[in-house]
Amino acid sequence: MTKPFHTARSAFWRGFRDGVPFILIVAPFGVVFGVVAIEAGFTVAQSMAFTISTYAGAAQLTAIQLMSEGAPLAIVILTALAVNARMAMYSASLAPHVGKAPMWQRAMMGYLMVDQTYAMSSMVYERHPTMPLAAKTGYYFGIASLIWPVWASASLAGAVLGNLIPAWVPLGFAVPIAFMAMIGPMLRTLAHVAAAFVSVTGALILSPVPYSLGLLIAAVLAMITGAQVEVWMQRRRAGP
Amino acid sequence: MSLSTTELWIMIAALGLGTFLLRFSFLALLGNRELPDGLLRLLRYTPVAVIPGLMAPQMPVAGATGPDPIKLAAAVVTVMVGVWSKNVIGAMIAGVAVLSLLTWLAG
Repeated sequence: MTKPFHTARSAFWRGFRDGVPFILIVAPFGVVFGVVAIEAGFTVAQSMAFTISTYAGAAQLTAIQLMSEGAPLAIVILTALAVNARMAMYSASLAPHVGKAPMWQRAMMGYLMVDQTYAMSSMVYERHPTMPLAAKTGYYFGIASLIWPVWASASLAGAVLGNLIPAWVPLGFAVPIAFMAMIGPMLRTLAHVAAAFVSVTGALILSPVPYSLGLLIAAVLAMITGAQVEVWMQRRRAGP
Repeated sequence: MSLSTTELWIMIAALGLGTFLLRFSFLALLGNRELPDGLLRLLRYTPVAVIPGLMAPQMPVAGATGPDPIKLAAAVVTVMVGVWSKNVIGAMIAGVAVLSLLTWLAG
């Protein structure tokens, strides 16, 4: 059990294998992005440039949704970046483990950071504190070497497929379905439920705010709510 | 789509660069510098703070063309299957299935 985590090479292949189940999540999601991007008016080249440079499906779909609502450019960018703000947290939590790796490796790790690479790597690092640095980075790059090509090729397949789907097929509701499917699995704790509730009610009440700023304001309020409820729950658990 | 081609490329470049900077941020700072707990706690809730709010106005309850029962049914089934199964792809498939089936039945 501990052996695969001691050399860079064995850790790489262990990571690659551990990433296999995520194909089932990443591949369909990539196809959905490709289809939706084409439907929204992207060319295949534009959707591939987007999916390879940003490499974050939920943020990409957020941008497309806001674009199709006619939101201003700055709001599209800010709101999509807000969806990715959690990556700064991932970055902070990985830094103590791999902060001593060469700068170019850390830059690559940054680019390749998605929910799956972060979640698996941080779990393995916690579980095997004696892992050498090279094995830690090896494991990370192992997962990433599987996930990245799957994401890119699934996006391409979706974009090509999107061009082939006849115009009468109603794809207009594809983005809402994709997003609504993400909401349930996000509601892991009471704090998440509270944040989602504030997000929904805030976005509805603040929808008249100009420049589509209402959603961003609602999101900030929802984050504060989630964090505050988490603190309350911890205090309750700690007891009087 | 309301953005021009130039704006679209600006958006792609800005999101690519901005997302990279968010990811690289603390990996770039050598050593064990850590974010304050309060900020980490806030960041934990970013996706769940944005995405439900983004979707709320999309709920086809009373749009410009009036309520759309087919889309509404698909939306409700998608969210409920997601809450119940905690499985994104399962929920997506359920939603698309309901949408297609009802569209076909109504057609």
